[in-house]
Amino acid sequence: MDHLEQLEQQSVFILREAFRHFERLCMLWSIGKDSTVMLWLARKAFFGHVPFPLVHVDTSYKLPEMIAYRDKLAMEYKLQMVVGQNVEALAAKDTFPDRLAANPKMTVEEQAIARTACCGKLKAEALGATLHGTGVRRRLNLETGQYEPDHDHQPYTGVIVGARADEEGSRSKERYFSPRDKNNVWDVGDQPPEFWNQFKTDFAPGTHVRIHPLLDWTELNIWEYIKRESIPTVSLYYDQGAGTRYRSLGCGPCQAPIKSTSKNVDDIIAELKSGKLKNIAERSGRLQDGKHGLEELRRDGYM
Amino acid sequence: MIKNARVPEVERQTFNVVIVGHVDHGKSTVVGRLLADTGALPQGKLEAVRRECERTGKPFEYAFLLDALSDEQDQGITIDTARCFFKSATRDYIIIDAPGHIEFLKNMISGAARAEAAVLVIDAKEGVRENSRRHGYILAMLGIRQVVVCVNKMDLVGYDQKHFRAIEAEYRAFLEGIGAVSPRAFVPVSAIAGENLASRGKETPWYDGPTLLELLDALPKAPPKTEQPLRMPLQAVYKFTKHGDDRRIFAGRIEAGRVAVGDKIVFSPSNKISTVRSIEAFNVVPPRTDIEAGWSTGLTLTEEIYVTRGEVMSHVGRPPLVSTRLRANMIWLGKSPFVPGRDYKLKLGTAAVPVQLHKINKVIDASELDHRLAKEQVDRNDVADVILEVRHQVAFDLTADCEATGRFVIVDGYDVAGGGIVTAAIADDLRDLRAEARMRDFNWVPGGVTAADRARRWKHRAALVMFVGKADSGKERYARALERALFDAGHSAYMLDGQNVLLGVDNDLWVDAAQSELVRRFGEVVHLLLNAGLIVVSTTNAIGLADATAVQALIPDAPMLLIDIDPADASTQACDLRVRGTESDADIISQITALLDKRQITSVP
Repeated sequence: MDHLEQLEQQSVFILREAFRHFERLCMLWSIGKDSTVMLWLARKAFFGHVPFPLVHVDTSYKLPEMIAYRDKLAMEYKLQMVVGQNVEALAAKDTFPDRLAANPKMTVEEQAIARTACCGKLKAEALGATLHGTGVRRRLNLETGQYEPDHDHQPYTGVIVGARADEEGSRSKERYFSPRDKNNVWDVGDQPPEFWNQFKTDFAPGTHVRIHPLLDWTELNIWEYIKRESIPTVSLYYDQGAGTRYRSLGCGPCQAPIKSTSKNVDDIIAELKSGKLKNIAERSGRLQDGKHGLEELRRDGYM
Repeated sequence: MIKNARVPEVERQTFNVVIVGHVDHGKSTVVGRLLADTGALPQGKLEAVRRECERTGKPFEYAFLLDALSDEQDQGITIDTARCFFKSATRDYIIIDAPGHIEFLKNMISGAARAEAAVLVIDAKEGVRENSRRHGYILAMLGIRQVVVCVNKMDLVGYDQKHFRAIEAEYRAFLEGIGAVSPRAFVPVSAIAGENLASRGKETPWYDGPTLLELLDALPKAPPKTEQPLRMPLQAVYKFTKHGDDRRIFAGRIEAGRVAVGDKIVFSPSNKISTVRSIEAFNVVPPRTDIEAGWSTGLTLTEEIYVTRGEVMSHVGRPPLVSTRLRANMIWLGKSPFVPGRDYKLKLGTAAVPVQLHKINKVIDASELDHRLAKEQVDRNDVADVILEVRHQVAFDLTADCEATGRFVIVDGYDVAGGGIVTAAIADDLRDLRAEARMRDFNWVPGGVTAADRARRWKHRAALVMFVGKADSGKERYARALERALFDAGHSAYMLDGQNVLLGVDNDLWVDAAQSELVRRFGEVVHLLLNAGLIVVSTTNAIGLADATAVQALIPDAPMLLIDIDPADASTQACDLRVRGTESDADIISQITALLDKRQITSVP
């Protein structure tokens, strides 16, 4: 059994434990490579099926390729696809692109603050409301291919998330099963013990648990697995001839492509192993991650 | 000296190492320095941390590289385990930096339980301290046998050899005293100066042993568990009928051994036997015909059997132990103490059952670990030798025979509050009955109609509804009414009055025959009726609430509902339904049929 197989088997075990213990379970699908690998692992765990809803928070600033890819896979895999959105913030133009348009002379520091605030509204807040059932939920009708208002407004108590420990400092402290209190807060200082694959599966009413099947995976593992299993990914990850590609997918206004001529999975693996990306942090293209920016967002419910 | 040639990428192994030790003895510094010296840090990370230190006026420390969370940088201690990655010439490492502060012992254990080896750091100047000892004990309990001790901060004691040897002697003696495995090696290091970590230093000419990194590279991987007896704790039985898939898949992770298509297997404690028909997987072509330890797999079986999560699948010849009592070494992490007489939940493999602390053999004061305390409870951070009693029998192994099925955690309320390893199975009163049932079931000659066939025709599984209580308390009236109600609902039910067993099967017994023999015969008669697929409704004066566990031991494969008729409502013994005997038939029957439905007896999935 090689390392990739070990990672796969542990993830499958975790997904099955989650499915067993949470009646109100969902998986967050950001459309990026990590959560798409996680979706694939769910099909591994449940023998080709995905027996819980996939939740995507659409900020409305996602690159169009991502949305097209999401809906194509959802139809193909017959996914229970649920999409949430902070419609109030969008209507009130309480977003970074709107603020920048209104005040084009913002300094870099002011922009950084506005970006973090925007993530807070369109991602963290929207996600919280979608999971709790208080926000807008739309569900894909697999017959028509159209999204319709979701009649289910119950909160989810188990949320599967594709966080990896190697991404960034605070994520390396996560448990496989990580409780969040009534206010969505992650108490980093007082986490439950987790050993011998016995997870936190009992929880007080009103609280919920985040489940992290990819915790032990690295960026390289993700790409090696995509290659091994031939998992379809968004075209944005590959250079289409312009000499740039996205290394990590977010919103258009806050996501810069990197200079790279990797045209396929093999090129990316080679680039990660020996090329120029070897020593550059993966999220460096994400403009909202400053000092403590991501950690604060995470405490507030960001993934 | 150990020389290591560079191993090519494709053949490289990953190795998990945990760093433990007393608070402030320099664990994070050891890790930070290892990362820096092996070139594992992302470009600019070291400079960024140095700049941040200059900005805030703090002296630069390697530990800041790891203590990425603001909480920790402010307090200067590791709160939780952080994971980081680096490569040596021969393999890839995952380093788990565990906190040394006593308050965060549960985090230390969470980190250490994942490791294949440990580096224990002792401050040369402070010497062996409370958590140096406690962590040493816990590593032994967690089954981590490969331990390297770093005597750190040698610069503070002038790289003095005598000082180093004294600490080595003291710590080795301590570990020997608690029966733990002696460490592989002691290395004198100064993490801050990079002495003897990734490269040899000049300050310790008297030390000719390997550096820490060389020692780590030389630690062997644990041998695979594929040659042990087969153990697969059942995680779930899946049937995705709604998705147009009729396969009934028995899923779980194979923790030890291997299994192949055509193998005869048994589930414990139910003793249900079947044969492996196929090994199922998504995107695996062609399908595998055998599979071994480490795989989270799924099997279909030739005979449909009804088994539930928590049972352990094995080959028939090498089943796990089954009991209600186990002896264990454990650590308690809960905010409230672990006390006798209270219900907790035991999670072992995939089983989760109510458990009580039956007896404390001894509590070991972890700060000294040589005072054996006579205590009435196990307090937070205590290590103890105990006997646990579970409400329903569970399948398990001794930890020495199979790690994964020989260890457990205990849940108090909503939280995992303790964990331990099984050191012995304690014989309970039911051992002989259980052995009888096993022998009988393993050699049972099946007919041509299976339990699944019967369940499909009669729309229920076999089950026992057992009424207990004093004579004339109304047992018989309820039993009769229930039999009729089930029959009228199209089920196949049969009322077994204990009197009828006495008249025939027990005819050879004298009036003063042992109660245990009456119970045994009654249980075996029930077993035959259950094998015929019936819902048996029993009522008997001879067999009471106390005998219920003995009956259950003889019918481990069948669900049992225990209805206690207790006019005074005074009993505290566990049962499924307690009634006074004054309730109407209809009321009691509707409650019982609801239970039968909930237990998936009359609502066959």
